Amino acid sequence: MSRFLIPAAIFLALAGVLYVGVVHSPNKSTMQSALLGKPVPDFNLPVLGKPGMTLTKAQLDGRPWVLNVWGTWCVACREEHATLLEIGRQNALPLVGLSWKDEDEAALDWLSQLGNPYSVVAVDHDGRTAIDFGVYGAPETFFIDAGGRVQYRHVGPMTPEVWEREFLSRVPRGGLP
Amino acid sequence: MIPELGQFALILALVLAGAQAFFGIFGAARGDLRWQAVVRPAVAGQFVLISTAIGALVHAFVSFDFSVLYVASNSNSALPTFYRVAALWGAHEGSLLLWAWILAAWTLAVAIASRNLPASFASRVMGVLGFVSFGFLLFTVATSNPFERIFPVPADGRDLNPVLQDPALAIHPPMLYMGYVGFSVAFAFACAAMLEGKLDQVWAKWTRPWTTMAWSFLSVGIALGSWWAYYELGWGGYWFWDPVENASFMPWLVGTALIHSLAATEKRGVFKSWTLLLAILAFSLSLLGTFLVRSGVLTSVHSFAADPTRGLFILGFLIIVIGGALALYAWRAPMLKSPAGFEATAREAFLLYNNIFLVVAAAMVFVGTLAPLIADALGITPLSVGSPYFDRLFPMLMLPLGALVSVGIHAAWKRGQLGNNRRRILVGLGVAVLCGLTLVYAVYGPGKALTPLGMVLGVWIIVSSLFDPIDRLRRRLTLPRAVLGMTLAHIGLGVGVLAISTVESYSVERDAAIAPGESLVLGRYAYRFDSIKPIEGPNYDGVRAVVTVLRDGEPVALLHPEQRNYWVQRSTLTEAGIASRWNTDLFVALSKEVGGGRWSVRAQLRPFIDWVWLSAALMALGGVLAVSDRRYRARAAASEPAVAQGSAAEAT
Repeated sequence: MSRFLIPAAIFLALAGVLYVGVVHSPNKSTMQSALLGKPVPDFNLPVLGKPGMTLTKAQLDGRPWVLNVWGTWCVACREEHATLLEIGRQNALPLVGLSWKDEDEAALDWLSQLGNPYSVVAVDHDGRTAIDFGVYGAPETFFIDAGGRVQYRHVGPMTPEVWEREFLSRVPRGGLP
Repeated sequence: MIPELGQFALILALVLAGAQAFFGIFGAARGDLRWQAVVRPAVAGQFVLISTAIGALVHAFVSFDFSVLYVASNSNSALPTFYRVAALWGAHEGSLLLWAWILAAWTLAVAIASRNLPASFASRVMGVLGFVSFGFLLFTVATSNPFERIFPVPADGRDLNPVLQDPALAIHPPMLYMGYVGFSVAFAFACAAMLEGKLDQVWAKWTRPWTTMAWSFLSVGIALGSWWAYYELGWGGYWFWDPVENASFMPWLVGTALIHSLAATEKRGVFKSWTLLLAILAFSLSLLGTFLVRSGVLTSVHSFAADPTRGLFILGFLIIVIGGALALYAWRAPMLKSPAGFEATAREAFLLYNNIFLVVAAAMVFVGTLAPLIADALGITPLSVGSPYFDRLFPMLMLPLGALVSVGIHAAWKRGQLGNNRRRILVGLGVAVLCGLTLVYAVYGPGKALTPLGMVLGVWIIVSSLFDPIDRLRRRLTLPRAVLGMTLAHIGLGVGVLAISTVESYSVERDAAIAPGESLVLGRYAYRFDSIKPIEGPNYDGVRAVVTVLRDGEPVALLHPEQRNYWVQRSTLTEAGIASRWNTDLFVALSKEVGGGRWSVRAQLRPFIDWVWLSAALMALGGVLAVSDRRYRARAAASEPAVAQGSAAEAT
């Protein structure tokens, strides 16, 4: 009898794991990124609403920052916008927006109507920088540490819980330099 | 009106599936023939009703009925008709409907073909299938209704995901599902045998053709998906150990083990409980594949959009179906007795080794795929093992398996001694070493560490497969389709090993930014970027480049890589330019404009990559040939005990 029970026992254990996987939905959005722990890819992008200015990786090095990928065409971005505004008000970390495959005009309209949570918004018209970051779809949010390495990636709308647990917790003690 | 008709048909089908399960299983348990008589009409009715639902959804797609949420989410007025039909299985709800429909079709085939089987056994088989169908239909109706309406009605749809707008991908899901769902027949046969408490060699004979057929479909389905990823995603390879790919590969590995262990059970009556377990496992992995892909448990493109109630429902269903079957197994399997004894070098033994390697390989893929999930459940930081893990471990399991095939293919049942086949083994190995090393050192040049091994093994498998059929022809014996099919499938395996060894060892690729007029040199080949111009398709615009490939200065191919921007979903897709020659693929993908008229371009030479997919086609063809063998078609054969072990049957 005993050895014929082994498959059922293994399956039960697996079912338990799957159950945790389904119910534990917050962690589900922790998509593995090939970039985790690796340096941020190089970029050099125009700044939204400031013709002639560009934002590069070098300008952001030296302190932790957050990159939020969004677009006006993305419904889930609208969903997370209120949370982002709250985060912007906290001013705990520089929040850099990446306007992904969007019209500049639409993006500026959006920010003037709904409020602007970002310290600065870089424009990624053709989506190349987003591809370098391994973005699957908007919205996605990345935590980059002071050494310029990607430490965390959140897929889907930002929520206050995720912000507390995964982003603020990564800021080194003693605040920002 | 028509969508409601479809939904109504689906609900009726659910009721019929329940009746089929109830009367099938309990009718057989009570020995009540009137109860059992309900089963076949229920099967037929269910097929008609689900077909009606499919028809209703196709009608909604073709007639641009954007009041149906699923249609609005997955099509657009600019989408060509072919893809509007294929959009049916472009997302979750429709895929489930397709799943249920294919299950109904398989069940109908079983209902028709099982007339010669003992009535109570056939009734139980269809009862189990009815139960599976009931679960899927309930899931569809309760959580994933494809006919849900939307108000206000959108003016236009959000379009089918552009990566799915491709002919190979349009037929990939139905093929894959034919395989996945086909294993449900083997599963139902296994459950019925356990419910009866009886499993003999005749049982294995009934189960074999269904299993082999499902396995063939699955082979084609996987190959189509892999081919698509190659030319459509612009990745330029054939396998990436992506969770979704792995989800289809695990049932294939276990299914391959199953068709071999079924052969031993049929011929020698051995491995009975093991065969049962494999039949349960193959279908469980198919269900799990559906679960992983559909529930968003594993990281997938749309994981944040996944609905946890759906995940829980499928999980509950998995627990009832798989857990139930395994409990039945724990109860009944100890009662099965296999006749004792075979030599460690007999055919049975080699089939056992084959099974061990295949199942361990499946377990390895399983652990690698579910590692993130298990780590998550245990509270460890999510991790993904990635392709290095698979790339290192998989060949370690497959190369010994290749050697086992080459040796074991000659072994006789029960008292097989290697010594009797020493000549065949040595001749085969000699030819293989000669050809393999010639390929490595004279034709291609030294590759990686495993390259010579892979080449020699590939040739060895092919040569070994040929001994028996050639011997039969020489002795003017019949060459049954079962033998022919097996030979073809094994040649397919050899071709696959050769192709993978070549493409893994000798592919060359280069990325560079070049302007029109400039060239990119790859060995003897030069990719000349001639021009680039805008294009416009039915639902996209973009650019198309003209790239001439020159070999030693002579033009040999003209490639047209494209970059497409799909309007509605705002996504950019790469259409690689590929010229397939018999021994190599010339591949170029257009990436981005880097300024100054220069484009970043990826150029590759992939020798023998097409043969990887061809090998899958050979295996599938072999499977279909084996199924069409006479002994499966013979009407009387079903009821006579499997003692007819002539020389033809002996070899398979």
